[in-house]
Amino acid sequence: MTRATLHALLSHWWRNPLQLFTLLAGLALATALWSGVQAINAEASASYDAAAATLGEGQFDQLTARDGGTIPQATYVALRRAGWQVSPVVEGRLNGVRVVGLDPLTAPGGLGPITVSDGVEINTFLSGGGQVFGRAEMLDRLPDIGAQPVSAPDVAPGTVLTDIGLAQELLGRDGVITRLIVVPEQPLGRPSLAEVSPDLTRQVAQGTNDLGRLTDSFHLNLTAFGLLSFAVGIFIVNGAIGLAFEQRRPVVRTLRALGVPLRSLMILMAAELAVMALVAGAIGVALGYVIASLLLPDVAATLQGLYGQTVSGTLQLRPVWWLSGLAIALGGTALAAASAFWRLAKMPLLAGGSRRALSMAAGRTAQVQGVLAAILLICAAGLALVADGMVTGFALLGTLLIGAALALPLILDRVLALAAWLSRGIRAQWFWADTRQQLPGLSLALAALLLAMAANVGVSTMVSSFRLTFVGFLDQRLASELYVTAEDAAQADALTAYAADRVDAILPIQSADTQVRDLPTEVFGARIGPTYTDNWTFLTATDAPWQRVADGGGILINEQLARRTGLALRDTVPIMDTTFTVAGIYGDYGNPIGQAILSEDVFATLYPDVNALQFGLRLPPDSVAAFRADLTRDLGISEGAMINQAGIKQFSLDVFDRTFTVTTALNVLTLAVAGFAILMSLLTLAALRVPQLAPAWAMGMTRRSLGVVELIRAVILAVFTAAIAMPLGLALAWALLSVVNVAAFGWKLPMFLFPADYARLGLFALVAAALAALWPAWRLASTPPADLLKVFSNER
Amino acid sequence: MLLTVTDLHKGYASADGQITVLDGVSLSLNAGETLALTGESGSGKSTLLHLIGGLDSAYRGQILLDGVDLTALNDADRAALRRGTVGVVFQQFNLIPSLKVADNISFQARLADRHDAAWCAQLANRMGLDAQLDKYPEQLSGGQQQRVALARTLAPRPKLVLADEPTGNLDEETAATVLALMLDLVRDTGAGLLMVTHSQALAGQMQRQIHLRKGRIA
Amino acid sequence: MNVKALLLFLMLPFAASAQGFAGLGTDAEGFAVPQPNPQFSFPADHGAHPDYRIEWWYITANMTGPDGTPYGLQWTLFRSAMAPETRAGWNDPQLWMGHAAVTTPDAHFVTERLARGGIGQAGVTADPFAAWIDDWQMTGFDDARLTASGPDFAYDVNLTATGPLVFQGIDGYSVKSAAGQASYYYSQPFYELSGTLTLPDGDVPVTGTAWLDREWSSQPLGDNQTGWDWFSLSFDDGAKMMGFRLRQTDDQNFTSATWIDADGTATPYSDGAFNAAPQATTTVAGRDVPTQWQVTLPDRDVDVTVAAINPQAWMDTSVPYWEGPVTITGSHGGQGYLEMTGYE
Repeated sequence: MTRATLHALLSHWWRNPLQLFTLLAGLALATALWSGVQAINAEASASYDAAAATLGEGQFDQLTARDGGTIPQATYVALRRAGWQVSPVVEGRLNGVRVVGLDPLTAPGGLGPITVSDGVEINTFLSGGGQVFGRAEMLDRLPDIGAQPVSAPDVAPGTVLTDIGLAQELLGRDGVITRLIVVPEQPLGRPSLAEVSPDLTRQVAQGTNDLGRLTDSFHLNLTAFGLLSFAVGIFIVNGAIGLAFEQRRPVVRTLRALGVPLRSLMILMAAELAVMALVAGAIGVALGYVIASLLLPDVAATLQGLYGQTVSGTLQLRPVWWLSGLAIALGGTALAAASAFWRLAKMPLLAGGSRRALSMAAGRTAQVQGVLAAILLICAAGLALVADGMVTGFALLGTLLIGAALALPLILDRVLALAAWLSRGIRAQWFWADTRQQLPGLSLALAALLLAMAANVGVSTMVSSFRLTFVGFLDQRLASELYVTAEDAAQADALTAYAADRVDAILPIQSADTQVRDLPTEVFGARIGPTYTDNWTFLTATDAPWQRVADGGGILINEQLARRTGLALRDTVPIMDTTFTVAGIYGDYGNPIGQAILSEDVFATLYPDVNALQFGLRLPPDSVAAFRADLTRDLGISEGAMINQAGIKQFSLDVFDRTFTVTTALNVLTLAVAGFAILMSLLTLAALRVPQLAPAWAMGMTRRSLGVVELIRAVILAVFTAAIAMPLGLALAWALLSVVNVAAFGWKLPMFLFPADYARLGLFALVAAALAALWPAWRLASTPPADLLKVFSNER
Repeated sequence: MLLTVTDLHKGYASADGQITVLDGVSLSLNAGETLALTGESGSGKSTLLHLIGGLDSAYRGQILLDGVDLTALNDADRAALRRGTVGVVFQQFNLIPSLKVADNISFQARLADRHDAAWCAQLANRMGLDAQLDKYPEQLSGGQQQRVALARTLAPRPKLVLADEPTGNLDEETAATVLALMLDLVRDTGAGLLMVTHSQALAGQMQRQIHLRKGRIA
Repeated sequence: MNVKALLLFLMLPFAASAQGFAGLGTDAEGFAVPQPNPQFSFPADHGAHPDYRIEWWYITANMTGPDGTPYGLQWTLFRSAMAPETRAGWNDPQLWMGHAAVTTPDAHFVTERLARGGIGQAGVTADPFAAWIDDWQMTGFDDARLTASGPDFAYDVNLTATGPLVFQGIDGYSVKSAAGQASYYYSQPFYELSGTLTLPDGDVPVTGTAWLDREWSSQPLGDNQTGWDWFSLSFDDGAKMMGFRLRQTDDQNFTSATWIDADGTATPYSDGAFNAAPQATTTVAGRDVPTQWQVTLPDRDVDVTVAAINPQAWMDTSVPYWEGPVTITGSHGGQGYLEMTGYE
């Protein structure tokens, strides 16, 4: 029985390959978008984890030289002999590869991500020849150093790990150490750090992974895309499965009449769907891999540029990732098929399936849908007023989008009814009425288009607002024409003396780490002058904030510090037992930690040991090149220690261009998916359309004009949908910028509008809809008259 | 006795109150016997047929088919009954559009695990379908489709054939041919035949006739 | 297995499991091998012998607090060589490991340190004598100061030698198996101790006695030996006894003992003269470990029961073993230390 039933069920697909294709392709595309974005996120976070595991960054406190230089190895031994459980790390670059040397005996994480199964020969590793661990492409870039290279994919990208002894030798750093990792568990009775080695300073671990927080804002974009594209995909799959079930309804009834029990039938159909979901999921995962591989280099470049975080540019096939892709395909199918199965189970064996009953049921569904949409949108409005965290922020996004998607068919229906009422002439009236009749069959596809467009508008607005804000912020922050880093205090003194009467102003950049209301904060000492007073803009400030800072009693804090600690203007902030009053709050985008600015003199009193090694120099832009040459010639400052402002800005803009490449690619992909949904719906509707159009044909409309009308209809529906998607997208952008962003990163991005971008997006959407409608319209236009005639014959 | 129906009642709840469809129907049928069930639209003849065929349930009274009391059967048991014991010929043919004619003919026999290739071939031959076996139902005329449906019903050798206006969708000439074939084959297999029709001419070709009016035997 | 555990297998052959020391010890390729009739030279031989594979400076002490509470203390510095040489800097093949512990009747504190030779973080100098790893150290030999610290305990004690060095086995050549594996082995069992233990409840002044073992070799155990039970016993009459039992895969034991008169005169006993039999076991860290023993040396009329002061004296180090203070009752009274390795 099973074989015969299965044969009957499966034969449906062989006879209707187009339906099979749309079902599989819809599922595959949805999975592809989802898993492509996930792959990029997973690769990036794996890279951060590898970096954290390799270097103990973020997990452990660190000791570094107060002057920013290296630490003598003798200091390490002295600390150990005093009982301090610290582990040495030496770092440097060799042929562009970051070489990290560890001591596996004292490192709290051992060799980090490397395990013995990776081929550690401890004798070889520790003495003599040595072993170097890293990703194959990094190992290839190393010069021939005589050590044994071992491929270890879990080592952070761009990095190789080796024993500290070998690293010192390779980097020419005999007897010195870059930093010390502080082991969490320390023995009793050990002297203070100041007693043993006053030249070192302790940096407290951030607790959470710093790298993660920094780059979260970027990944939030990607995740938002991933979720939205998945939602779009679910709409498509739901539509495809609903149609497939609807079309097989008579067959199902016949099978049951011939004696196939309902239970067996449901099990077989579920198994059939599961197999299809797996096949489509596998195709989707493969496609997602392609998408991710194409986009990853740009993503990696963006992260590297924006945050200095190295992300591997090549994708690894992680089981977690492709398994989750398949799970998403299966889960999405189950979700989409649930209602279809429910209807199948409820369907009476002998139901007449009268049109009237169906349309009554449809009316009830529309009512329920309308009520649901109203409730969701009211919730969204309420949440918009009160949302102040990640959870409420995402709840806002969810209610807004789902509510809008549910409301769309109802709104379109009203709009079309209005259009019909307003139109003169029988053709126009027929057109609107006919369009309205088609609406239920197209509403899922249009909802997908709505979500895709809204997502694109929202995310584009977010990215573009970020760019605009960030570039403006760079102009404010990078006011100096030239930035120079001195190697040590002596060179810094020489530099200030040399530059004193050669440049317009010297602005030392000096900072110290502290805590303000338990939030890690960097305190800067600023040489207050026109550079600051003229360029700096504040979110809020008292009168003459810089003057208050210069007077010694005022402090400027960044938005993150203000939001996280609840500090407001004129509140007091204690720093090193001295109390300051907040004179201004400024935007500080992309920075995860708190920041505060004092005047140079106050800073020097609080932190007498901190010497500025970095300087901003103000001078006419056209003399920068010459002055650089002078510094190199007269003071021996290396080229690498000097950065032109113009160079940094160009670099930042390049980074944003990369971001836009990624965003644009994802825009096009989501629109393509929505366009596909429209194509699919139109194709499946085509068979139903023939009896509807035959009377119009019989009454004198040509097949050609019928085809054109079909095309126009698709475009008009897309225009209406786009008109609704614009405000929805802007609402989405607002929620992302003002709620989610604040909750996630502690700063609020001002929202800018980009009408030209939206117009282009709208055009894309229309083109997608038109392209999708083209083939069905052409098919309709070339329907043989005989098929149209059949409508009127008895045999239908 | 192949089929005994005793004091059968069936009604529906509707907005206008309870509607009685069958109001105490009793009848019986022997193996090899043919019986016509006639009546106006709404007289309850199709409902009676569906109840006997296990397509519908929830009634008062008793249906004994081949010694089995249908009242006692659950959904799965009724499905088994439809697979093996009863064959139904529908007015709408209800062929499976995605299967070829040959597969449609053998379909129910396969479901019942009672496939007999020689018998199927013989059925196809007697139905004059030899040239159509590789076609799909949509490529056949209405008469041909009904012959496929008839062959499908007879392929598992059911004990009772139920036919619901089997020629209702066919022109007169084709209807006569199909009916003749049906009677021939039913006779050959020794099955009982219960046919619902509103045509007095068709009913006249059966051994017995029962006329239903407002849910009762007139 | 992580790298540290692998290192410890290298460094701790005597404490490793049976599998752990298969393949170690017997192959002394490149390393010097102990020979009979050793000629020691002091203070040089108090220092390290880098051409031998393994070596240790091993101190155990039995102590009493002001209220009469018994305490035990352990301070061990192990040296393990990857090659029979020394080099300056990180490439030195000499690796060092420290274990420190304090045992009270109801608690046992343990900690561990690892270090590379060649950079000054750990090592031993003979004259003036100093043995150290990180902040732990033993400075001076006849008058020594001994310190160690961990996250939950520390100690700082002074040791004064009141008797001569004692050479184990035949003049310091200690045979470890019937096949002839051997080590160089001498002891200073006559330390008087006074100092301070720092425990979670505060500082405790203590006095007592301590016992130093110095041992080095390149092939400490035979292939068929699975672990050992080692006793250092100080009797109330001033005499002392060192005895060990090496367990073999064939359920036989190889035993060895040294009887030490109160004046330091040593008498060695070869295989079979000394006997130790478990009388009771305790479940420690999920395994059964004998914590009460019948120990006999018939030649000296010794028939005593040796019982752990704290049966839970488990050394939860990278490669674990049992080590703790014991009391002696029976033909002789007294106290001592017990070490047991290779219990799975």
